[in-house]
Amino acid sequence: MHIPDGYLSPSTCAALYGASAPFWYAALRRMKAALATRLVPLLAVMAALSFVIMMFNLPLPGGTTGHAVGVGIAAIMLGPWASILAVSIALAIQAVFFGDGGITTLGANCFNMAIVGSLVAFVVYRLISGRAPLTSSRRVLAAALAGYAAINASALCAAVEFGIQPIYFKDATGAPLYAPYPLSIAVPAMMIGHLTFAGLAELVLSGGVVAYFQRTNPGLLKNSAPVDMVVEEGRADPRGFQALRPLWIALALLLVLTPLGILAAGTAWGEWSARDFASQKVRVKIAEASRDAAPPDGAPQGLARLSALWTAPFPQYAPPFVRRPALGYLLSAMFGCGAILLVSLIAGSLATRARGRPYELS
Amino acid sequence: MNFLERTLAGFLTALEQSLDAEDLARRQGLLQHVDPRIKVVGIAALVIAASTAHKLWVIAAIFAIALLLAVASRVSPFLLARRVWLPVLFFTGVIALPAPFVIPGRVVCTVPGLDWAATAQGLKSAAYLITRVESAATLSVLLVLSTPWNRLLKALRVLRVPVVVVAIVGMAYRYIFLLLDGAREMLQSRRSRLMGPLPGPDYRRMAAASVGVLMSRTLQLGGEVYSAMLARGFQGEVYMLDEFHTVASDWIVLGVFAALTAAAIYYGR
Repeated sequence: MHIPDGYLSPSTCAALYGASAPFWYAALRRMKAALATRLVPLLAVMAALSFVIMMFNLPLPGGTTGHAVGVGIAAIMLGPWASILAVSIALAIQAVFFGDGGITTLGANCFNMAIVGSLVAFVVYRLISGRAPLTSSRRVLAAALAGYAAINASALCAAVEFGIQPIYFKDATGAPLYAPYPLSIAVPAMMIGHLTFAGLAELVLSGGVVAYFQRTNPGLLKNSAPVDMVVEEGRADPRGFQALRPLWIALALLLVLTPLGILAAGTAWGEWSARDFASQKVRVKIAEASRDAAPPDGAPQGLARLSALWTAPFPQYAPPFVRRPALGYLLSAMFGCGAILLVSLIAGSLATRARGRPYELS
Repeated sequence: MNFLERTLAGFLTALEQSLDAEDLARRQGLLQHVDPRIKVVGIAALVIAASTAHKLWVIAAIFAIALLLAVASRVSPFLLARRVWLPVLFFTGVIALPAPFVIPGRVVCTVPGLDWAATAQGLKSAAYLITRVESAATLSVLLVLSTPWNRLLKALRVLRVPVVVVAIVGMAYRYIFLLLDGAREMLQSRRSRLMGPLPGPDYRRMAAASVGVLMSRTLQLGGEVYSAMLARGFQGEVYMLDEFHTVASDWIVLGVFAALTAAAIYYGR
């Protein structure tokens, strides 16, 4: 799971550092608001703990052993934002001082394990545990499944990162430069191991630790319980836009940068329309992109039949009433994001009504 | 070796590696004399050059440079072989092994009896992966083996890592050993009370309880450390003394690193 240097291209590494940065920033802001001057010592010891948890060797049913990453239990016990920072720091120490995971791939490892892992674990735990009492066995089940889901989500991210390498990065002879296997091999190869052994290690540890705290000190499970189940006084509690400001800013920045897509030369392989097969100019481009394999004389029957089913309102990211392509890209991006946000708000509102009261990420 | 002993062995290996690194960092060698900031920048640049190279001979040349640096810094190639080359070869080798038979391309040979065809592109792709990972890992380990950890952390400031993050990583690194030692004592005391191997379910319960106890201790420790910091006048601001001073030889080393990186990027295109 710890991706070493050399498996991912520098541009993939840079993109994943970029994708992780807003989460680190948001997590640091939230933690600073919650902990103030206690931030430095508490995060330091939490990161040290994450490191030590990763070293526990667990016997698994079936006679094998496995290491847990501990991201599930970190997210449940510390909350997702503290978990993002603590696991990221533990991963940085592993990479720099112990050579476990690469330096150029640190952003990718943090994105997969610390960020995706923490958020998935927390959401799954909250969804399954619901409003169950802190000592309920439902919380043990929720923690176990949260750890299992978190490690598998992280593995899926890593598999996709591996799988896209041979698509985009090859040398002049066609040999893959980095992780060599396509998605069709990388995804099953990673997921089989994680859906079975590695996932079980995380499941056992997360469920076991929550069961331990239920017996000894249930109060420590308050961090990941719904806000209205826990009375916390004097705690800074940023909400709404304020809490997610860095992510909104990152989204706005990405929207502004969407016209950069126009700079990409050629056509995206496989994203051809039925009309493209009739155009001599596009046929030449298709052949170039397909290692000089000639495209069929006409559009494939299935493509021709199904392409008439739905006509996109903004074909090629260019609404018909806009003449400048850059503006078209921007409008399409705004429309797409707006539609996703609208659907999310409606889903959130329906979920709130069903539950009676919203949950608050700690 | 059972699970308890395997976990204990893991803890001891981490402690041993850290002590080895501190011992090597104190030796008289080429990299040990270089300003840590220049080492961080130079070695990171070479790792990036190894990652960007599209030619096998360029990656192999970077590996040779790493080997020369190791010898000049009195880091034994046997230590590197034990700590880096063999584990990387085993791990990445297993991953790269099917590549010659899976990646499509020009067939260069066939495995007798099995009818498996190895392609030139597949072999090259496996070679890219292994040489790249070996080179980058050797360079990264050299940085750690030639620099005391506290100076290495301070040197990260040159990469614009915020001072508060450097302070947190530094404290975390220190407390890792305290917690590792606590965990080791817990497991050791349990092992000393065992007459035979612990059944799997019991061991799983024990491991979960150990992690739970460590977590409780950690939260308590965080409070104690905070109180101690407050007692010494901590008000939330982190200051760090940057006691680095570059000399002429450091700038020469930086120039050499820059030239090697530029050459690797130019010829590796």
